[in-house]
Amino acid sequence: MTLGTHAQHHLDSLITAWQRLREQPLASAFSILVIGIALSLPTGLYLLITNLDRTSSGLTEHTEITVFLKPKIDTATALSLAETLRNEPGIRKLRFVSREDALLELQRSGLDDVLSSLSSNPLPHTLVIEPIQASPAQIRQLDQRLRQRPEVDAITSAEAWARRLAALLDFGVGLTWLLATVLALSLAAITGNTIRLQIYARRDEIEISRLIGATDRFIRRPFLYFGALQGLLGSLAALIFSGLAILWLNQSVAELATTYGSSFRLATLDLHISALLLVGGILLGLTGAWLSVAHTLRDFD
Amino acid sequence: MIELIDVTKRYPGGHVAMANVSLYIPHGEMVFITGRSGAGKSTLLKLIGSLEKPTSGHIKIGNEDTSRLRRATLPYFRLNIGMIFQDHKLLYDRSVLDNVLLPLHIREISRTEATRRARAALEKVGLANRERSRPVTLSGGEQQRLCIARAIVGRPRLILADEPTANLDDDYAHEIMGILQALNESGDTILIATHDQDLIARYGKRRLTLANGNLS
Ligand SMILES: Nc1ncnc2c1ncn2[C@@H]1O[C@H](COP(=O)(O)OP(=O)(O)OP(=O)(O)O)[C@@H](O)[C@H]1O
Ligand SMILES: [Mg+2]
Repeated sequence: MTLGTHAQHHLDSLITAWQRLREQPLASAFSILVIGIALSLPTGLYLLITNLDRTSSGLTEHTEITVFLKPKIDTATALSLAETLRNEPGIRKLRFVSREDALLELQRSGLDDVLSSLSSNPLPHTLVIEPIQASPAQIRQLDQRLRQRPEVDAITSAEAWARRLAALLDFGVGLTWLLATVLALSLAAITGNTIRLQIYARRDEIEISRLIGATDRFIRRPFLYFGALQGLLGSLAALIFSGLAILWLNQSVAELATTYGSSFRLATLDLHISALLLVGGILLGLTGAWLSVAHTLRDFD
Repeated sequence: MIELIDVTKRYPGGHVAMANVSLYIPHGEMVFITGRSGAGKSTLLKLIGSLEKPTSGHIKIGNEDTSRLRRATLPYFRLNIGMIFQDHKLLYDRSVLDNVLLPLHIREISRTEATRRARAALEKVGLANRERSRPVTLSGGEQQRLCIARAIVGRPRLILADEPTANLDDDYAHEIMGILQALNESGDTILIATHDQDLIARYGKRRLTLANGNLS
């Protein structure tokens, strides 16, 4: 057997699978629709999160973070920390305010009397940091990185709402994965069941094929292709559904945005995620088919 | 070469269809198996074709002890055998051509080559003009000939024919026998189970007679 005829045989199995899908157009369309809708849920949630994330990045543009150093930190240490931090990612601008400057500023602001009653300068050195435009999650990361430094005493955090949003988005990401996992399992089950019914409908053919020398591999192959094909079409449907949803939502978003003088639009799925969705659909269909075929064919022995 | 050594077949339910049968058929022979209905003719062919396992005893085909074949290697063994089933075992929801293509697809023969060979086999049994039909639209004799086409299309070296002429008139019966004889002359081993005493008389080959699961 040459590689050519082997490939040909796989192609034959694929064609057979396609024919079986078309033999029962209604049942096939229904399965594909169910898979498509189920996959649309995590996909939609994912889109919601990425768009929220994108929107809020713009809003955190002008956040300033003030870092108060510990009182015992001297000027040289503070300056070298400022130098180190300047080279860190995520920081656009960094201004060093020495405790003397801070005191002067306070005195200028009219607290002269109070301050002169103190025997020493109670103020610490501070660093005022302007992060580069970033998502709430990135700001939160920066915030945490700063807090971990031994020289740092306290931080006026990135704005609370940004942190809450970041936490919410984290939760959303977790929820997406959870939803995706649960639905993935049910998809494998749907495919498995469709294929189980098919196997029973083709019982005669399977038994006769075995009598005249068909291997299990030969019998399995078209069913596996069927599962993969159904998974692929289902995830394609999910792509189309979510694409249509974004298109539809963007009409209202456009109206809303123009009232703010913005040209903001919701983003659709990027290429990576689309590819991931399609491959995921194929793998799920294949898994469901495999389990079902292995289990059902054993019943025939 | 086919050798049965002390083979017994007890079906689930307890019926003994084959009792301590030993026989030897050299390679390239053509043998008739006769006996009354229920004597065990089909059972013998199924045992030789590994469609049934013996309850005890050994069956050797070539150098292979087929009573010991593992499930995974069974299909490869069956590929060497062309079986004409008494109950036809056709795919009734497929075309005549598809039925004959099946053994070739199982052998992973390329599509064009398979179609060419399937058509040649249909030609041989006189069904060339029915390749698009469904088997249910064929007469009993035509279905029989379709079975024969499917059994010979994979060019097996051993043909087990269970009542291959049962539904055929004389002319077709002799045509079928002509096909089987030609295969035999080209070296294939052929076992034919039949009631038809005339046929046996006419072809005058070795005959095994079964009665109640015993050779006589
Ligand atoms: N699967 C089975 N389960 C139980 N008993 C069976 C089975 N197959 C055959 N038998 C019994 O075994 C005996 C032999 O059957 P077999 O089919 O070999 O006879 P046969 O010689 O081919 O008969 P016929 O000429 O009618 O085809 C019969 O009594 C039959 O009832
Ligand atoms: Mg019989």
